[in-house]
Amino acid sequence: MPIDAYYRSYLQVAAVGLLGLGLFGAMIGLAKVLQPRRLSDLKSSIYECGVEPLGDEWSQSQVRYYVFALLFVVFDVEAIFVFPWAVIMGTLSWAALVEMVIFILILAVALLYAVRKGVLRWI
Amino acid sequence: MNWWAFVLRLLVIAALIPAAAYVLGYTFLKVLAHMQYRLGPMEAGRFHGVGQLLADGLKFLQKEDLVPDKADRPVFLFAPAVVLVGVVLVFMTIPFGPPPLNIVNLDSQLFVMLAASSLGTIGVLMAGWSSANKYSMMGGFRAAGQLLAYELPLILAAVGVVMQAGTLNLDGIVEAQSQFHLFGTAIPIPYVIPQIIGFVVFVIASQAELSQAPFDMPFAESELVAGFTTEYSGFRYLFFFLAEFASNFAFAAIGATLFLGGYWVPLVPEKALWIVGPIALAVKIGVLVFIFFWMRSTYPRLREDQLQRFAWKWLIPIALVNIGLTGVLKVVA
Repeated sequence: MPIDAYYRSYLQVAAVGLLGLGLFGAMIGLAKVLQPRRLSDLKSSIYECGVEPLGDEWSQSQVRYYVFALLFVVFDVEAIFVFPWAVIMGTLSWAALVEMVIFILILAVALLYAVRKGVLRWI
Repeated sequence: MNWWAFVLRLLVIAALIPAAAYVLGYTFLKVLAHMQYRLGPMEAGRFHGVGQLLADGLKFLQKEDLVPDKADRPVFLFAPAVVLVGVVLVFMTIPFGPPPLNIVNLDSQLFVMLAASSLGTIGVLMAGWSSANKYSMMGGFRAAGQLLAYELPLILAAVGVVMQAGTLNLDGIVEAQSQFHLFGTAIPIPYVIPQIIGFVVFVIASQAELSQAPFDMPFAESELVAGFTTEYSGFRYLFFFLAEFASNFAFAAIGATLFLGGYWVPLVPEKALWIVGPIALAVKIGVLVFIFFWMRSTYPRLREDQLQRFAWKWLIPIALVNIGLTGVLKVVA
């Protein structure tokens, strides 16, 4: 495929994205016309089961998920490498398969380390 | 490329997303109700409450769109748009029939679909954080953690199919299935047979990506009120709802395309696929959606750490093994 047509086909993706934004804008606009506007302090306060909100808005909470975010990056980058390989895999020989298995095993060690370290258990 | 045809197709998806969400939402209400020995909506629209969601939508349209005083206003207002755009982009990639019946035809269509489906994670995090509400923030973190963890099995299960088909183009994957004979069977069979492990992983991971029970901790109403949507009201709240049902449809459509042969039906001549194809796809989507709702109404909610453990300890290693097995099969064959 010539490079020009290649970029043009992805221009469609951008067009669809804009369509999504347009859909959102149109519906919110319609809602703006139809909705009542009667603000009060009580309405625009934060919901906390009907009692006065306690403490700061952005209260501290334990973020356990940063470890998962790290693990995710490890495997997400792997996925980027795996996809091109998977497409042409059928035309390659044993060597390509063995190489990919080694690559996946190295990453699996990272997962095993996380499991043994106990990040998946917190209760 | 013909831009007019493209614009026409765009209008079709613009109409299709609300329509699909509507049909699915109604099915959802009815299926769930009957599984719980209830009747569900019966009044609105005369016939078995078919107008219920229309009435709900009109009601939401007239609701006041509230923003909490302390919220991060621009982020709060824009978060539903991010979620919606992600769903629209996923819809774009679904092949509804043989070539002119798909909206776009990209070489890396499956990759674009997977990338678009993870866009929602950002919207969810934005909504959870900007609400300045404790429930919202916890719901947002939970949702993001869950979407990340189950994104991987989904991607890795799709890799197995890509290896078999040798292409990332969804149309090409359907075509590859129409020519696939496992051990010389007389009629071609869809990938669900050779990729059964991948299919099971895909269905479970989709269920989690859609935040449906047993993976609905982000919304766990008995502990988190409504998760990251707690502070939302009016049409912005409805967008999260719409996106949920629309992506339910989209994930079922992608699952049907990857594993059940999409718009292709065995023994039907290629010319007839123009008409039979979209109907066949709709039936396959219906089957998958029913499985999603069935799981939803059957299993109790998992605990947050059980959910993470299930993804990392079981689904991801199984999906990795599936890639290895598919590779061996591919090289041997």
